[in-house]
This record gives sequence, structure tokens and C-alpha cells, in this order.
Amino acid sequence: MTSTSLLLSEVEGGDQVVQAATGVFQLTWLLIALPLVGAAVLLAGGRRTNRWGPLLGVATVVGAFVLALVQLFAMLAEPATQRAFEQSLYTWAPFADFSVDVGFQLDPLSMSFVILVTLVGGLIHIYSLGYMAHDPDRRRFFGYLNLFVASMLLLVLASSYVMVYVGWEGVGLASYLLIGFWNAKPAYATAAKKAFVMNRVGDMGMSLAIMLMVATFGTTAFSGVFAGAPQASDGTVLALGLLLLLAATGKSAQMPLQAWLGDAMAGPTPVSALIHAATMVTAGVYLIVRSGPIFNLSDGARLAVVLVGVATMLFGAFIGTAKDDIKKALAASTMSQIGYMVIAAGLGPAGYAYAIFHLMTHGFFKANLFLGAGSVMHGMNDEVDMRRYGALRKAMPITFVTFAVSYLAIIGVPPFAGFFSKDSIIEAALADNVWIGIATIAAAAITAFYMTRVVVMTFFGEKRWADDAQPHESPKVMTVPLIVLGVFSAIAGLASGIGFIRWLTPTTGLAEVEPPVPPLVVSSVVLVALVMGVGLAVAMYGRRPVPEVAPVGSALTRAARVDFYQDAFNETLFMHPGQYLTRFLVFFDNRIVDGFVNGTAAAIGGSSSRMRRAQTGFVRSYAMWMLAGALLVLGALVLVRV
Amino acid sequence: MNYVYVATLLFTIGAVGVLLRRNAVVVFMCIELMLNAANLAFVTFARINGNIDGMVVAFFVMVVAAAEVVVGLAIIVTIFRTRRSASVDDPNLLRL
Repeated sequence: MTSTSLLLSEVEGGDQVVQAATGVFQLTWLLIALPLVGAAVLLAGGRRTNRWGPLLGVATVVGAFVLALVQLFAMLAEPATQRAFEQSLYTWAPFADFSVDVGFQLDPLSMSFVILVTLVGGLIHIYSLGYMAHDPDRRRFFGYLNLFVASMLLLVLASSYVMVYVGWEGVGLASYLLIGFWNAKPAYATAAKKAFVMNRVGDMGMSLAIMLMVATFGTTAFSGVFAGAPQASDGTVLALGLLLLLAATGKSAQMPLQAWLGDAMAGPTPVSALIHAATMVTAGVYLIVRSGPIFNLSDGARLAVVLVGVATMLFGAFIGTAKDDIKKALAASTMSQIGYMVIAAGLGPAGYAYAIFHLMTHGFFKANLFLGAGSVMHGMNDEVDMRRYGALRKAMPITFVTFAVSYLAIIGVPPFAGFFSKDSIIEAALADNVWIGIATIAAAAITAFYMTRVVVMTFFGEKRWADDAQPHESPKVMTVPLIVLGVFSAIAGLASGIGFIRWLTPTTGLAEVEPPVPPLVVSSVVLVALVMGVGLAVAMYGRRPVPEVAPVGSALTRAARVDFYQDAFNETLFMHPGQYLTRFLVFFDNRIVDGFVNGTAAAIGGSSSRMRRAQTGFVRSYAMWMLAGALLVLGALVLVRV
Repeated sequence: MNYVYVATLLFTIGAVGVLLRRNAVVVFMCIELMLNAANLAFVTFARINGNIDGMVVAFFVMVVAAAEVVVGLAIIVTIFRTRRSASVDDPNLLRL
């Protein structure tokens, strides 16, 4: 990792000037307020809003997108280094020497996220109009979706870590509500709880990081923290980096907090698309890139980020090869792709911009893949087992074509979006450390394998449908978002390849690095790797018939099918000891604490019932006692006298 | 000094009477005996010490004794009316 210890002088960019917001940039609060109001109206309005509620939910997000577009063009009109705007609305919590402002920071980094969240989020909202058309609770669903979008916008627009934390928790809450949306099924409710609990572990890292910032810098505003970071001790910076990494692993489903992502598929499919593309798992990457000035100062923290990314990238890729549930295969793929972004973010200025670039392209194609999967499920009576699909390309032509475009994008076939973004990361990783680079290339091959497997099993081969399945193309309200996302998946790489990186550079900084071999060689090797992956998948699943019941498979397959025993691991290491601890505490409380209290009461009660016998009710015996007492006192007095 | 011995004797007779007799009226008389024994002791000591404090107290004791007799006898009469008995052992309703 020595090569990443870049002197900051080698980094270009990162020199943007933050200025007070004027004109259209003062409307930043409206971006968040629109979906938030939508959520409030839908959730508080009750049945009255049933009829037009979903449309309102769509309108607020689309409105936010239009406003974001206006701001984007206004921002592009400014000089490159003067595109950051800060706005403080009011002071939320004033203390003597520390205060928390409700404020927003709009710069190229957050602008990119705002566009991604509102565009992809808006398309997912529109798609949901069709997907959830028959659900009796769709008003509540759209309310939660709006809340999700509002929280994510707050997260990326906040100008201090405390405000990020507010959005962070809002995202956690909304994901909990949406994953458990069909909470009548206990398994789904459990999945929601699992996601929430695992996220709490990460949130703890975030809150500890905030406390450390307050203790060290006396502020949580980005400007104050980043200005103070170079003066802080190495240990503090390392601790901050690791705590922020812990937070990121929770939200972004990275090792060791990755286990919730697969179960999160319990939610309706548009929710999966939203979580995976726009509003949730990207938050961790955002946090790391936003905290770049902290990570730049600590090689140790960056090394930890890279290791987490590599581990998760390979872990997710292997799981993806074994899953038969189409949504779970896609979920594993998300885990793996986010791993790429985390690696890039861990490379420091050499990778920040590429991490965000891959995040953007991934947002488009992964949303499209999930919505495509949802469209397939919609036509197949909510069947998710790919072994019961096959030959669907004729029945669902639009879904097939858009899915195929996103498939080409995710595996990185030129000139689709994934090629540009993934290739940049691989080159940066190779330049940093050959082994990390090779790992990313291997993961690219595995990605090609499992995504080809998904496509072949779903759309090619012979029909393995359930008897009552009558696959049909989805309504226009669902296919149009698919087409739009498909177009973006195809062209996002081309259109924004060079320009996008330059646009981010003032915020994130950029270090030009030279891979050990020329970029063209890297690209060729990656392409060969992908062809091998695709070829193997076609040979295994295209040439041979796919059995309707999964074969037993090798030990590795069986392990990957159950996520490499991640649940068993967590249960043995954390859940069961936790349960034993609570059981012991209950025992301690019942027997020891209660025993002491109850024992005291029983002792007093028992002795007093014995003393009660002295109360005979005979007046003369009382007189006797009185006399005895009087004599005793008298005797004592006499004794003292003498 | 002999008056003190008389007072002690009277007090002892009264105390033994209270403890041993069952009839409430007799017990009452014994209590009066004890009070008067105390009075006698007060007066005697006042005389021995040559001040009137003890005598003043004796008057107070007489007043209290008179009031006590009124209340006590009223109680005894009421109990006798309801229970047809003047024994101090019979009313034990306050026992738990």
C-alpha cells in the first residue's frame, strides 16, 4: 500500500471554493421538502388520499428531479472550482461553544447523487404505479417510498455529519418499513428486523465518529472537520476513518455487516431496486468519498477500506453464482459491485471519482435489472426461482431487450456504461497493488459468469414454467421506465466518461496513476476474462438443459447457496451468546436482584407475624408489659446514678 | 420518709390489683390507688425539698384523674351494656 501514500501535491482538484448559496441554489431545501411533504400527506392523510395519493407520490419526486435539473444547469454555468454552495437554514441545537446548524451543501458530488436519486427514484415511483396497482396498501407504499427518497436527499445534501446522521437514520427507518412492507408474512417481518438491527451496528460507528469529531474538532460541519483533520493526531484520524468505515459497511452491506442484503429481497421488487440503485447501499460509498479529507490522511484507514471492499466483492460474486432466486442473485451482484466502489474509494484521490462514476452507472443498470426482474415476476405469478423460468424472451420482448442492455452494461462490455466505470477502477487498483487489481479482474470474470447465468436461465433455453403460468409483457407504465433506464445504462458511460470525472474533480480531487501495463492491455485482459466467464456460463446453462430442481452441487456451491454460512456465523458468534447473555441477565434479575428485595420483604413479614403473637388482646398483659418497661427504665436510671 | 414507704406500698397494691383482678371497676379503683400513691410521693418530696413544685403537680394529677374517671367509667358502662360483663379479659377485639 505504499504507493497510495500520495503526497497531496500530486493530486489535482479538491480545491473548490465553498460559497454562500444564491438564486436557484437557495431552493436546495425544497429538494428534500417535496418528497417529505409527499410522505407526510400520504401517511397522515389516511384513506381520503387513496385515489390520488400514489400520483402525488410520483409528482413530488418528479418535481424534485426537475428542480435538480435546473440547479444542475445553473451549476454547470459556474466556473469549475466555484460550484459548491453552502446554505444554513437555522441553528438546530445551539450550545455555548458547539452548535448544530440545519444546513445544506450543494456541490458536484451531492449534485450527482441528487440527480441519481431523483431520476432513478422517480422512474421507480412510476414503475411502482403499475407494479403495485393491485396492492390494497399502495398509498402507504408510496408514502414510504417518498420518505426513503427524502431521507436519502437529506443524507447527500447535508453540510454536517449530524445532519448526515439524520438522513442516515431516515434511510434506515424507511428501508425497514419497506422491506417489511408485506409484514403479514413472519419471514418478511424478520428480514426487515434483520436489516434494521445490522444497520444499527453500523450506525453505532457513525455516532461514535460524530462524538469523536465533537471532542476533537468541536464541530461536525464538513468545513470545520476537514480543516481541522490535518492537525489531529494520527490515532484520531485512524479511529475516525475506521468508525466511518464501520458506518459505511452497515449501510452498504459490506463485510462484516453484509448479511441483511439478501434477506432484504423480502420487500416488493421496486423497493429492492431503490435500495440497490439509488437510496441505500450507495450511502456508505458516499460517506467514504465525502470524508475523503479524513481518509487521505490515514493509510491504515484506506487499507482497511480496500480490504473490506475486496472481501465483499469476491464474497458477493461467489454467492451470485449459486443463487436460483433471481432477486437474490441480483442482490449478491449488488454486494459485489458496491465492493468495487469501496475498493475505489479506498484508493484515495486515485479512486474517489471513479467510485462515484461506477456508482452512477451501477445505479442505472442495477435499477433496470431489478425492475426487469420485477417485470418478469409480474408476468410469472410472482415466481422468483429461475429454474422455473426459461424462454421468456419471446413472451416479454421489451423486458428482455432492456434487461439485456443492462446485462451488457454490468458485465462491462464496451461501449455500455459498466465497461468505462469498471475499467477505470481496475486500472486504479492495478496501479495501487497488483494483487488487488487481479482480484478485481477475477471478480469481473465471475460477474460475467453469474449475470450470463441469470440471463440464460431466465430468457433462453426451454420453458420450465409452472403449469398455470401465462407470461405476458408488463403494462406501459412499467416498460417505459425500463426503456429509459436501458438507454441510460447504454450511454451513461460514453456520455459522461471523461466529463463526469472532470466535473467531480474539484470536490473529490484526482490523482492520475499509471497502471503497470498500458490501459489497452488492461482492457483486453478484462475483456478476455469476461468472455471466459460468459463462455463458461453459456456452456453450463445454455448448452445443457437446466434441471427444475437444483442439483446437490459441490461443497462450494452448497456453501455459496447459503451465503457461505454467514447467518450461521452471525448466529454462533453474536446471536446465541447474546441470547445467553440476556437469559443470564433475566436469571440474575429474577433470582439475585428480585431475590434480595423479596427476601428482605419476606424476612420482615415473617418476623412481624411472629411478633404479632405478643399482641394477645388481654388488657392485663399489656399492663404487665408496661409495668415491666417502667421498672426497666427505673432500674436503668438507678444503675446510671450509681 | 415514712410517707414514701406508704406511697410505695399503695402503688404496689394498686399495680398488683391491676394485674390480677378481672373486674374492670376494681381495676379502675386500683389505677386510682396508683395515682394517689404517686400524688402522695409528690407531696412528700415537695415537703422534703421545701418547694411547691410537687404539690402543683399533685393538683394536676387530680384533675387528670377526675377526667380519666369520667371517660373510663363511661367506657366500662357502655361495654357492660353491650356485653353484660365487666371483665377486662373479655373485650379483645383489637387482637389481630
